[in-house]
Formats: sequence, C-alpha cells, structure tokens
Amino acid sequence: MSTVDRPVTAIRSAFHPDVESYEQVNRDANRLLTKPGKGYLALLGMAVSLVLLMVVAELHNIWFGLGMSGLTNPVGWGVYITTFVFWVGIGHAGTLISAILYLFRAPWRQSIYRFAEAMTVFAVLTAALFPIIHIGRPWFFYWLLPLPSQRHLWPNFRSPLLWDVFAVTTYLTVSSVFFFIGLIPDIAAARDSATHPMRKRVYTILALGWKGTDREWRHFTRAYLFLAALATPLVLSVHSVVSWDFAVSIVPGWHTTIFAPYFVAGAILSGVAMVVTLMVPVHRIFRLGAYFTETHYDRLAKLLLLTSLIVGYAYGMEYFMAYYSGELYERDVFWDRVTGQYWWAGWSMITFNAIIPQLLWIPKVRRNLNAFFLISIFVNIGMWWERFVIIVPSLAHSYEPWKFTNYHLTWVEASILLGSFGWFFMWFLLFLRYLPGLSIAEIKEVLPPPMRRHDPAEHMAQTDASGTQVEVYPTGYYA
Amino acid sequence: MSKLRTGVLGVFAHLDSATDAIRRLKGEGFEITSYSPTPRHEVEEAMETPESPVRIFTLTGAFTGTAAGTALATWTSIDWPLIVGGKEIVSLPAFSVIMFELTILLGALSTVAGLFFLGRLPHIGPPEAPMYHPSFTAGNFGVFAHAPRDRYDDVQRIMTDAGSEEVLVDHR
Repeated sequence: MSTVDRPVTAIRSAFHPDVESYEQVNRDANRLLTKPGKGYLALLGMAVSLVLLMVVAELHNIWFGLGMSGLTNPVGWGVYITTFVFWVGIGHAGTLISAILYLFRAPWRQSIYRFAEAMTVFAVLTAALFPIIHIGRPWFFYWLLPLPSQRHLWPNFRSPLLWDVFAVTTYLTVSSVFFFIGLIPDIAAARDSATHPMRKRVYTILALGWKGTDREWRHFTRAYLFLAALATPLVLSVHSVVSWDFAVSIVPGWHTTIFAPYFVAGAILSGVAMVVTLMVPVHRIFRLGAYFTETHYDRLAKLLLLTSLIVGYAYGMEYFMAYYSGELYERDVFWDRVTGQYWWAGWSMITFNAIIPQLLWIPKVRRNLNAFFLISIFVNIGMWWERFVIIVPSLAHSYEPWKFTNYHLTWVEASILLGSFGWFFMWFLLFLRYLPGLSIAEIKEVLPPPMRRHDPAEHMAQTDASGTQVEVYPTGYYA
Repeated sequence: MSKLRTGVLGVFAHLDSATDAIRRLKGEGFEITSYSPTPRHEVEEAMETPESPVRIFTLTGAFTGTAAGTALATWTSIDWPLIVGGKEIVSLPAFSVIMFELTILLGALSTVAGLFFLGRLPHIGPPEAPMYHPSFTAGNFGVFAHAPRDRYDDVQRIMTDAGSEEVLVDHR
C-alpha cells in the first residue's frame, strides 16, 4: 500500500463518505433484492387491492358507459384527464435526474437516478392508462394511431390530441429503453452474485451476456450519452405538448402562451416531490444513508424550491395577464378559480405548490427528512389539484353563464384515481424487489478508484473523529 | 480481426496496477481484453480505445425519423385532402411536433441498435475472451492477454510484476 508515513489513510468520495469500496456498493445493492419483510408484502398487497378496485370500476365504466363518470357537457374532461396530466408530470423529474443531470455531469445524480428513472417509467405507464379509460370504448384505441383503414381515413395531424399520442408513446418508449440500457451492467452484477438458481438464470438472460469488457463499455458509454442527449429535449417537449392540448383551444384559462414552460416546471416540481416521497421510506427501511446523503436531499430540495418559484411566478403571471388583457371571460374564469365554487381547490393549489415549499429556504428544513417528506406529500397533492383547477373550473365556467355547471366526482372515477396509485406502487415495489435499485456501476463512477499509488497532496485531507486521516475526493471523475 | 482463443487472465484489485499491466502487455505486442466494474478513463487511455462509432447510428436514425415524420404527416394529409380549421393541407408548423417526436424515437432506437451491434449484445456463442471472473462486476479489474501457449510464462510474469492478485491460465 501507500508508503507515506502517517496513520492509516482512507480515501472516500465527498458525496459518499461512508462508502468504503466498490464491493460495498454491490453488497448494499444486493441487500435490496433479499427476502422481503412483512411490511413489504403488506404494502404490495395494498397496492394490488387498489389495482383490483380500479379493474372493477373500469369494468363498470365499460359496461354502463362513460355516464358512470361525472363527465357532462360542457365539462368533458374531468378526473381522468387530470390524473393523466398529473402522472405524465411525475415522470419528468426522473428523466431530468437521469438524463439532464447526466449531461451536466452532476455527481449527486448517480445514487438516486435509478429510483427516479424507475419512477418515470412507471408513472408514464400509469398515465398511459388514462386516455384509454377516458375514451370510454378502449377497444377503439387504435383509431388514434396512423393505421391505414378501408376508407383511407387518417388521423388529423393538426390536432394537439394526436401530437399527444406521439409524444407520450415516444416518451414511454425512450424512457423505458434508457432505463433498461442503464440496467444491463447492474443486472450483470446481480447475476454474478445471485445464489438462487432461478434468479441467476433470469438475470443471466436479462444481462445479455454483459461482462464489462472494454468493447462493451466503449460503446455503452457513448450510447448512453446520446440517449441522454435525446431524452433531454424529449422530456421538455412532452409536457409542452400536453400543455398544448389545452393552450391550442379557445377555452378561457387554457388559451395562454405561458402554458408550455409552466407545465414543464410544474412537472419537474411534482416529479421531484414524488422522488422524495419514494426515497425517504426506502432510505429508512433499507438504511441507505450512505447513498442518500444530506447533500442529495439538499440539492433535491433546491430543485424543488426553484421549480416551485417558477410555478408560483406562472400563477402570478396568469392572474396579471387576465387582469391586464382586459379580456372579460379570462378575468371571470381566473376570479372564479379563487372565489367560485372551486375556491378550495384553487387555494390548496396555491398554498401547497407555491407557499409551503418556501420553507425550504431554511437549511434546517432542507436537511430534516421528516419535514422534507411532509413537504413533498403536500406538493404531490397540490400538483394534482393544479391540474384539476386548470381543467375542471375552466370548463365549468366558460363564456355563457347559462351553461355554467358543476362537476361531481363519482365512485367510479374515485376508484380509478386510487387504483392508479396502486398500479404505480405495485410496479415500483416489484422493481425494488427484483431489479437493482441502486445503480451499482454508476455509483462507482463517483467513488475514488482503488489505487496502489496515489498522490495525497492533490486532494483535500481531513482527520475524522477516530483519528483516521480521510482524503476526500470531490468526485470520482478525477484521480 | 479475431483475437487468439487462448491466453492468461489477471485479476487486479487496483486500477493503476491493471493499467500498468495493460501498457506493458501491449508493449510486448499482446492483444488485450480488459474488464472493469465501472467505465474508467484510465483503462480507456491504457487501451488506446478509439472513439465509438455509435454516434453514426444515432445521427442516421434521427434523420430517418425526421424524414419519416414529415413523410407520414404530409402524405396522409394529401391522401385525403380535407381542410380542417382553415389550415393548409400540409401544415408544417403543426407537423413539426410529429417530426420532432419521430426524430427522437428513431434516434434513440437506432442508438440502441448501434450499441447492440457494435458491443455484440446480446452475447451468443463464444465470448470475446474465454476467461472471466465474477468479481469483475464487483470490485476487481481484469486483464485478459490473448497469447499463444508458449508465451504464457512471459504474460504471467508481467501480470505478477504489475501487481496482479491472481493469475489464471487457460489450460484447455
């Protein structure tokens, strides 16, 4: 080992000071795949029951028709579309963390991105259910696709709804591909340490024969970079396209140019909140403190704070434009949002998304897991209300007073909404149990590599409480 | 092109000893297959890896996607010309969304195709190097020197000198 005469030296990453070696990452990641406790099975059971509830409600919906929902004229879009927009938005933070932070080489991304990316895939998988439920006759879903028909009728490519079909299916495909490509080296690691013969066989197939050779890494790292570079504009486009479903119409409250950036910021806000909502319990249950450190939560909190400010600005700007444009109907809709029949929804959206996250300016709150977890839950709720407030009150209160109406949630819609959470958590829990939840290969990128010789003078050295001299590497990219 | 099917595998616990071994073995004229648990630029530098051509797949796929998106939206509109909302039959601003999405979709899929083709994934048939150690996905680095049997001793000596923990010889 080192010939320098001083006490035993430990070399650690500044981001993961408690991770001692490459092998430790494998051990800790494999710990996630071990036999689950009763708590896990209970959670999975709850999730599956909610999915069953959704199936029952949807069968009812199909059998008796869309009249089983609260949809009416002119409120043709209700909880289904609200929930669709909500889940598409949730997905965005995952791609932000996995692709955009990858391009920026942010070293705090590595340990959390697998969770975030899994969340993206499952959130978009959940979102994709809703347009199909909403069309009422799901077996005609293929009418949305550009397939040749007997009468040479094609879908209307000028329609934002068709743009949405292309945007969401592309997003689902690309984020799944990105997710599975990133998993290959880690599944190979799981294969090499698997003891159960069935698991070993399945991992062997899924790992595609990965061995970590120079040829594989050479093409893998480049392909990964290009996938990240393609996913980055994609993620920004998806919620923009979703926002155009509204903005391209002439409904007051929808017809605004601010919608695309406003929706993207809102999507990242809700997504980061969901990442934290998922991370904190997993951190506590599996004791992942070495990977999800204070720094990680601090950065996530700052991201949440930034997007909350953008969203708050957009709220303010919408009201300003409604006032400043002098547009009667626009003014009326916005006034109605905070004073009309849905005032409680309007105010919970503003409180949960723009006011409560301001607590994160305080460093103590950012580093307090319980407080941050609670704030993330508030933001999740607030962001669902935001989509509701945009969709329902605008439709229920547009133009002519004689057609102002109310929208009542039915048990079918409520069950499908609850079931969507069950569906999402079911996939997430199965993912945790069967695929590496920590990115084994990528966490090693930010750890200092094992070296026989090293030059301690290059790096910051500190002495910890036990008297061991610890050299801290800013990231693993140096050394 | 094809490398020798015989050789010696060195297991290294340290990155710098692995790169030392790679440099010295390459100096002796051996072909090398290296294994690492994570991509390290030190290994790439020692192996003198050239730039991966995956980018050509990405570019080709992306442009194909743009063309496909343009063609699909334009041709279907012309196939049944119907004025909707007073817009042009070929409404390029509206079609740009379709063009963009297909650019990304085909760009991403052909990047994966490029990775699979160039990286020889999934591995079917004999592997590139006949020897492997499961610790290469955990913490160890591996250097496999493709060598004829009569030079095994030289390779073993270089690997041990460089600091290999364990040298495994292919005796088949």
